[in-house]
Amino acid sequence: MTQSKSTALDITRRQTLQAGAVAGVAALAPEARAKETAIAPASGKESGSPVAIATRINGARVSLEIDARASLLDMLRERLGLTGAKKGCDHGQCGACTVHLDGRRVASCLTLAAKVDGREIVTIEGIADGDTLHPMQQAFIDHDALQCGYCTPGQIMAAIACVREGHASSRDDIREYMSGNICRCGAYVGIVAAIEQASAKMRKG
Amino acid sequence: MRQLTYLRARTTTEAIAAFTRAGADARYIAGGTTLYDLMKLGVERPMHLIDVSSVEHADRIDTGGDRLFFGAGALMADVAENEIVRHDYPVLAESLSKAASQQLRNMATVGGNLLQRTRCPYFRNGAGGIYPCNKREPGSGCAAIGGIDRGQAVLGTSSACTAVSPGDWPVALTALDATIELIGPRGARSVPIADFYLLPGSTPHREFAIQPGEIITGIAVPKTPAGARSTYHKIRDRESYAFALASAAVALTLDKGRITTAHVALGGVGTRPWRARQTEAALQGQPPTREAALGAARAAFANARPGRLNAFKIELGARTIADAVVIAAERNA
Repeated sequence: MTQSKSTALDITRRQTLQAGAVAGVAALAPEARAKETAIAPASGKESGSPVAIATRINGARVSLEIDARASLLDMLRERLGLTGAKKGCDHGQCGACTVHLDGRRVASCLTLAAKVDGREIVTIEGIADGDTLHPMQQAFIDHDALQCGYCTPGQIMAAIACVREGHASSRDDIREYMSGNICRCGAYVGIVAAIEQASAKMRKG
Repeated sequence: MRQLTYLRARTTTEAIAAFTRAGADARYIAGGTTLYDLMKLGVERPMHLIDVSSVEHADRIDTGGDRLFFGAGALMADVAENEIVRHDYPVLAESLSKAASQQLRNMATVGGNLLQRTRCPYFRNGAGGIYPCNKREPGSGCAAIGGIDRGQAVLGTSSACTAVSPGDWPVALTALDATIELIGPRGARSVPIADFYLLPGSTPHREFAIQPGEIITGIAVPKTPAGARSTYHKIRDRESYAFALASAAVALTLDKGRITTAHVALGGVGTRPWRARQTEAALQGQPPTREAALGAARAAFANARPGRLNAFKIELGARTIADAVVIAAERNA
């Protein structure tokens, strides 16, 4: 699959999802991806004790009230339309929900949304530089490091952190420090190869 | 999940005051990797969460002086990567780096980790679950006994509970005689880790010697030359990111090729972090070879009581200790 085809597919899928989503989300998503644009809270609120939080997500300021029980993952997906981070197990066991919180990778499903007040979040939607993919995204395409793609946003966010932490110096190191990200399609060989490629590129530039 | 309130405390005084106001339905939360997980399962049902992860200086790591001190709020990842801990006390660093995933180690604190709950599937079956569990609902029974018990403990079990103590870090701390520092409504105190974890007996719902409203503030580990010759050896169903089937924390001092002191604690096999005193005594004066260690290691399981599917843990546990002795002896040699 070429890169331009995958981009076209992605937009088609996103538009389809938006068409079926509750009012307000469709209008939000394009702005949400542009840096330095404030993200407005979108869909319906949960019932329950609200907590006011102010945070930065992919460079954009976000202020909203959220149920004290809500996870960061649910906040991103259900309230802000940032559906890149995926809900796999919802118990911190699969890694599909991985995002960066103050520069460190975390499981957003086990992070209370209330805890991110005053902190900075980066999701898969925030790593490309305009139309230029992040070296890790490009490496996953180059090495065909996925099949169904469901775990891929989490794999890529974990992999970027893995390189920055200095835990990508060997294949064994990569395997150990990527063990929190499960790929049920079994694309691990491609994933390790992709991280090796991106690691070299990230260290150069 | 029940509705709840959330408060972020900046000091332990503020946190304790909030807990005292809120009462029995309050829980302190730090990383939340255990508590929030169990809330989603309906096993924990707090109505008030008091976040202690922003308490000032809670994440202090101090390796000067005659002890190592780890603030309760220090992240597992940060202690695992600390250069002095890695080099002088590999048993501590490895017990953290072989636990969970990097995502979870970036969230979970070394204080909160001490209070991790068991992974017994019957316990985690949840409030609406069909299986009884004395730990979850006192007096309801134990479905693990006579059930699918492959993962259950063989040491320290009772007729009420066979759930394994899940931690790795508490096992390493047990081997090194750590002390846990607490503060609560009645002031500060410290508890030797040997007294912190309770055997299940007839009250398996009581797991920790911690009083209502108390917060763990730190963990102190007395410095020892055995730290440099140490390892945390962990055997799992898969090579990484799994709970221990059997693990051994071993720290040694050697003189002329013979063991002079041995610290040995076990994980994955006991209902609490398990100090293997008989093994420690039997290792005295022995060479750190696999053959010599295996005999000493078997002494740890003299009183083991396996169930239907977990008897393999007795031999696996002994071999894990023996391999750990060999690995530890080669460290910093």
